[in-house]
Amino acid sequence: MPNEPAEKPRRITVRTDGPVLVEGPVEIVLEDGTVVSSDRFCVALCTCRRSLRFPWCDTSHRRRARD
Amino acid sequence: MSDTATDLRAPALPKPRGALSEAVAGRLTEGTPLPAAPVATMADPYGDDLQLALYLCYELHYRGFAGVDPDLEWDPDLLGLRRVLESRFLTALRRDAPRHRTVDEAVAGLLVEPVHGASVSHYLRREGELWQLRELAAQRSLYHLKEADPHAWVLPRLWGRAKAGMAAVEFDEYGGGRADRIHARLFAALMADLGLDTAYGRYLDPAPAPMLAVVNLMSLFGLHRALRGCLVGHFATVEITSSPASRRMAEAMRRTGAGPAAEFFYDEHVEADAVHEQVVRREVIAGLLDEEPSLEADVAFGIDATVHLDERLEHHLLAAWRDGRTSLRGDGLAVPAGQGH
Repeated sequence: MPNEPAEKPRRITVRTDGPVLVEGPVEIVLEDGTVVSSDRFCVALCTCRRSLRFPWCDTSHRRRARD
Repeated sequence: MSDTATDLRAPALPKPRGALSEAVAGRLTEGTPLPAAPVATMADPYGDDLQLALYLCYELHYRGFAGVDPDLEWDPDLLGLRRVLESRFLTALRRDAPRHRTVDEAVAGLLVEPVHGASVSHYLRREGELWQLRELAAQRSLYHLKEADPHAWVLPRLWGRAKAGMAAVEFDEYGGGRADRIHARLFAALMADLGLDTAYGRYLDPAPAPMLAVVNLMSLFGLHRALRGCLVGHFATVEITSSPASRRMAEAMRRTGAGPAAEFFYDEHVEADAVHEQVVRREVIAGLLDEEPSLEADVAFGIDATVHLDERLEHHLLAAWRDGRTSLRGDGLAVPAGQGH
């Protein structure tokens, strides 16, 4: 739309020791074509592939230790 | 008395648990004078009487009690006694909680997941029974029916990144602008699934002292600007520990057939708190310490005090349940219709 101000670029924050943070809302297309969405102000995307709720981070990246 | 400001849905005052809580209740209903400070300085800082007296003082800042003048929120005598109780509580926490010098050291232990795990959520996931889930929900309702409220008080005391991060997380806790998604309301739906009364303050009488202490800590940190660093540390602890514990609680709810709303409350917290943890650590804590580096020891103490009181509560719950006893005061909860053995 010509009269609409240009949208600001969406910020994505990358970490080596945790999920990628993306400003919401988001739609994510999974490998099998499934689309999942979230309207949270920020979403945490799993990058370690251990999440049981992939693509959302569920903190499964955390180090595990014998108790 | 400001009758028009009285909340008609406010809960009834609970039964006193000793001289201090009786004196506070008397002040609230009859306007009777409060005891001199020495009585308060003798009380067990973690005990039922002191914790309930403190809880009554704090609750005036949330929803108050039925028939109690809302103006008593700022009664100088009550505030004076509250100060003595708080000081006794804080002194005990500073003496008994683990002490870390830096935030990184205090947080490090929270970011490691035990392989086996001995916490309440581990126990409930593996072998929890419906009556134990009901007891936990009943007493945790003291916090969850006002979820995020104690932390909202810190907002005017933060700036820049810390304020923006804190406000964003609180917005999410309050349903992102949708009343039906307010976390306190999701918890009320969980309570309904478990056959519990969802009225605010309904389970104050049966709640044991270790649960009161957990909620009092939030109010203490939230109400004092001087303790804003502690509040941020406390909030970070809740958000860091919540996601994996919520996953286990969701499994416990599924395994026991607690109901869809009971599962949803914890499923929502797995995802939400994985986000909140990142925002609180990277924006709120880091933002606050950029602005006010001298608060680092307070943030660490907020974490340590929270861990200490959580462990006391967990010990109380597991000790009771392993003996097959109720963790609540009195005889425990009545079994709801249709859930008898």
